Amino acid sequence: MNLETLVEKLNLKCKCCWEKLKSTEVKGGYAGDLLSDVMANSSAGDVWVTRQVHQNIVAVASLKDLAGIIIVQGAVPEKDTIEKAQKEGIPIMVSEWSNFEVVGKVYQLLNNG
Amino acid sequence: MPDDDYLESLEGSYYVQGRDFVDAGIVSSEIKKSLKEKGMPEDIIRKVAVITFEAEINIISYAEQGTIQMFIRPDAITIEANDVGPGIADIELALQEGYSTADESIREMGFGAGMGLSNIKKFSDVFELTSEIGKGTRLKSVVKLNGQ
Amino acid sequence: MKLSEIRDILDARVIVGEDKLDLEITTAFGADLMSDVLAFARSGCLLITGLSNPQAVRTAYALDIAAILVCRGKSLTDKFIEIAKELGIPILWTQYIMFESCGKLFQEGVTGCIRKASEVEDKHIA
Repeated sequence: MNLETLVEKLNLKCKCCWEKLKSTEVKGGYAGDLLSDVMANSSAGDVWVTRQVHQNIVAVASLKDLAGIIIVQGAVPEKDTIEKAQKEGIPIMVSEWSNFEVVGKVYQLLNNG
Repeated sequence: MPDDDYLESLEGSYYVQGRDFVDAGIVSSEIKKSLKEKGMPEDIIRKVAVITFEAEINIISYAEQGTIQMFIRPDAITIEANDVGPGIADIELALQEGYSTADESIREMGFGAGMGLSNIKKFSDVFELTSEIGKGTRLKSVVKLNGQ
Repeated sequence: MKLSEIRDILDARVIVGEDKLDLEITTAFGADLMSDVLAFARSGCLLITGLSNPQAVRTAYALDIAAILVCRGKSLTDKFIEIAKELGIPILWTQYIMFESCGKLFQEGVTGCIRKASEVEDKHIA
């Protein structure tokens, strides 16, 4: 499944790097808000679901080659975060839905097609 | 100046040591326990528990030391948190959700995401925050007991 | 579903609360940020978190959260367990990451204790 499908199915708002949605394959998912934890445990190609909006999330996603970041619960990413993500080529998407609901839906899409 | 009735309604006073993360949250738990014993309504208890928790974390994270006091009157519960510390330079900015000066140690504890003060404000019926640079910060939060 | 079913679905270990496995849980909240939990979680839900410090238990206690599921196989300190016992909060522990834990429970019919953040803009923590 690519990010474009995910954005459509979950009705996400994409904040940057639209041009990469189609070509970015989502291999798995990771959920969490502790950066060191994401650094330690996420895998390349994961879409990362978090409530963090700090610009450091972009550095983590970039270092770990994550597919993209979904910011949940209506949190608004900082301006610096979007600018940095644009530069690093990390798609950032936002959702009004809670972490549990977003993860549940992404999980279903990944496992049941 | 607070009147005598108000001062007499002091229910509990708790000391909070800055940078002492080990017992962070204990004041909130203690306050909750005592409100439960009094048979306060559950939603009121939850509001006060959240407010004191965030106030406690703020003192521990940023100040040298402080106190949290709870006053109970028939119509409202008031929480006052006073600390000795660096103070807040720009209160409006500090109240903005997402703004934080927390270091990594605070973030790894699950706090420092710039939500603490807005959480307190969100669950308070009356919210006052004053600060003096180099001296400290004073927070007053009122939860009304009979409706809004 | 019962807490015991959650244990089975996630191959979880019961660290605290063997006597509370019949507890009925229908909603969950997943987060590592305690301020996020304090702002949005509702009483009676299951808190799924990778944070295994005493503050996670105290947060759950503040909000009358039914139980905590510690995910990612995070190591638990004696202090954490002691406070959970003292405050009467059941603790489950699983090796699954938060993504898998939430995903599996969602598939079994557990719902988010809030669905959208905008639902709780009023001042109530019901």
